[in-house]
Amino acid sequence: MDGAAPLFRMEGISKRYGGVRALEKAELVVEAGSIHAILGENGAGKSTLIKVMAGVVAPDEGRMTLDGREATFASPGAANKAGIVCIFQELSLVPELSVADNIVISDPPKRFGMIDRKAQRRIAEEALARAGAADIHPLALVKDLPLSRRQMVEIAKALARKPRILILDEATSALTAADVSKIFAVLKRLRSEGLALLYISHRMNEIAELADQCTVFRNGRNVASYAAGSKSDNEVVELMIGREYSHIFPPKPAAVPATAAPRLEARKLSWADRLHDISLTVRAGEVVGLGGLDGQGQRELLLAFFGVLRGLSGQILIDGKSVSITSPSVARDDGIGMALIPEDRKTEGLMLPMTVRENLSFAALDRLSKAGIIDRAAEQRLIDDMVGLLAIKTAGLDIPVGALSGGNQQKVVIAKWLMRQPRIILLNDPTRGIDVGTKQELYQLMRKLADAGAAILFYSTDYDELIGCCDRVLVLYDGAVKRELVGAEITERALISSALNIHGEESPVGLGASA
Amino acid sequence: MKDWRYWLAEQRGTLLAFGIFIVMFVIYTSNHPAGFTANVVQTASNKGVLLAFVAMAQTLVVITAGIDLSVGMIFLLTNCLASWLVVGTPMQTTLGVIAVLAVGLLCGAINGAIVIYGRLQPIVATIATGAVYYGIGLLLRPFPGGSVNEDLADALTGRAFGVVPASLVVLLAVVLVIWVPFSRSVLGRAAYAAGSSETAAYMSGVPIRRGKFAAYTLAGLLAAIGGLFLTFFTYTGEAAYASGNSYTLFSIAAVVLGGVSLFGGKGSAIGAIFGALAFRTIGDLLFVFDFDPLWQPLFQGVILLVAVSLGAFALFRVRNRLEWFL
Repeated sequence: MDGAAPLFRMEGISKRYGGVRALEKAELVVEAGSIHAILGENGAGKSTLIKVMAGVVAPDEGRMTLDGREATFASPGAANKAGIVCIFQELSLVPELSVADNIVISDPPKRFGMIDRKAQRRIAEEALARAGAADIHPLALVKDLPLSRRQMVEIAKALARKPRILILDEATSALTAADVSKIFAVLKRLRSEGLALLYISHRMNEIAELADQCTVFRNGRNVASYAAGSKSDNEVVELMIGREYSHIFPPKPAAVPATAAPRLEARKLSWADRLHDISLTVRAGEVVGLGGLDGQGQRELLLAFFGVLRGLSGQILIDGKSVSITSPSVARDDGIGMALIPEDRKTEGLMLPMTVRENLSFAALDRLSKAGIIDRAAEQRLIDDMVGLLAIKTAGLDIPVGALSGGNQQKVVIAKWLMRQPRIILLNDPTRGIDVGTKQELYQLMRKLADAGAAILFYSTDYDELIGCCDRVLVLYDGAVKRELVGAEITERALISSALNIHGEESPVGLGASA
Repeated sequence: MKDWRYWLAEQRGTLLAFGIFIVMFVIYTSNHPAGFTANVVQTASNKGVLLAFVAMAQTLVVITAGIDLSVGMIFLLTNCLASWLVVGTPMQTTLGVIAVLAVGLLCGAINGAIVIYGRLQPIVATIATGAVYYGIGLLLRPFPGGSVNEDLADALTGRAFGVVPASLVVLLAVVLVIWVPFSRSVLGRAAYAAGSSETAAYMSGVPIRRGKFAAYTLAGLLAAIGGLFLTFFTYTGEAAYASGNSYTLFSIAAVVLGGVSLFGGKGSAIGAIFGALAFRTIGDLLFVFDFDPLWQPLFQGVILLVAVSLGAFALFRVRNRLEWFL
């Protein structure tokens, strides 16, 4: 070795969550005085990597060295003490406390054993000024601030801890262009002060402007490291994809004619600052995909259709008629016939301690009962049909649904909605965390339902699925539809480049959010 | 400068409770046959401080997004214990007071340890420990009885300087010695942070466990101070099950009236004190207006409902309906 050990090094780091491997012998070298960008698709292992660095999760194997000495962090507090500070994607601010309280939270200034509020205020004001956010009042409560201001507080909080290694995980995702340029100036100054910065972003233009060094992650491994600017955007996308298809998808039928009347239509849907003028159509017999990076408004769009969001503007049409969907129970009613397979089956899809039978019939109880009394025979017939159709593997209908495997739980969630014979099916990343075999069954089921006349809107973070299952894909970016891909246009390259908003014929993207 | 606005927003719950209390108390004294006299104030404050101490105890735990259903029983247990120990020479009395307070601390610490390290839900854990504390109290005093150092009792339930009720002075001292340092300490802030968002607090390296443990432990101490005062007023110890339960429930009511959020992370023990005093005044109001005392629970319930509804208006601002259930 050449004497000057790198500031921080990770070697052979592996981490598994259940059967899913998030990191597999990952390596990373971080040098002082440089900005290091980490790139990769959704689920490539970036988030797990920094969680390991920041002491949030412990790796299963591998070692980390700081200043050439072995380092292990039992908690985020321990990592902070060692000088590693992370700005997380999910904010780490305490909502009921003030901005100043939050900025000093891990090590408040003390006087006679109590928190010195004057000193605290001074530190907070300094940190806010350093982050270029002097407009935020230190006494304001965090919960009262809009998301973009919270993110600035998060950055100020990180700076107040005087880090040696600063990790920014999508830290600019909610910022305005003006804030982003302020933050960039701060980051460049920190680099010149000798800090090491680790920068995770999906915005290629930000990486081009900031980074000195880039590392690409794929399937939990670092697959390439290169000096920033030495590879074209296309080469980078190539590196991020590079994997073989492993799933078997059912063949797609001939496209539904574009002249067919849409079953579900949205016109200029907007909500808060998360959805902007979204218009789309889904026809009977069609599987339409929602693509894009995680968190670009896909979830909100599905919730909007399902009547969960208040203050929605724009129009929703079913079979050409404008409808007002004010709650999930309106959405599922026969006139509309909508079903939503939620993202988190454990909290939004199932009542885990209750039996398979109860979970299956919840959504359809009104159809199975007369005068409030459940027709047990009809219930049993329908349940038998569903268990057969989806091949749900269970030791019995009267065991808690929590005892089933993840894949079978997800089948129960889907079966529960199929019992109503929905005409419109919304799916929110339904294959997350389930095994490949069950995935295949779900793909085939989806196609079968579409062939039987359902309109399907399908959000997935897995590009393979979008390519293999969908007739059309709408790519969302920053709450708006950026691009529509039809038929053979749906390729991994097209999906990734439009998800990153670096599609050639679009106007060049400015800093931060699209103007 | 807009600093005062932020201060006002932070103290809104406390100020509202203060306002409710003042209005009710003015109505009470102005309709009282004797009027606003030192005697009337003394009687009212002696009744009020008991609930105030228990409500302070409840506040500490509620701030961490927990709940302590054993406060009323710690209050009874320490009352029974005080009726044995707080007697005799000044020296013996002092040791007795220390012992009673130590038992309160211990009860609180046991609650904290079970909830934090045993990872049991606070509601279940404290129902169980509350039953145990009550059981010990019953063993100490199967029948009402015992005695207390009457000089001390009379001094602390009488008037300081002839006008100010001594019990209020003690309440103020407890606020200054326990609540103020706690709320401004790192542990206190950890308790608030854990109550508001435990994940964010953990991610920020906040000592969550120690903060919560301190909150539960100090809650035991405050309930014990309440128990001591109960002994000073009654000169006896009594393991009265119904009374312990109603103190527990009233303490939750007082905390809510005082603007402390049951979801945790928000509120002040000072608000809870005014909540407790206001809650007590409801009963007194019925008395001066010659209502049948049978009406008291009904009126307390109605006033509580009205006060709590004020806090529910925030739900109208929620735009994603899933957030109703968070």
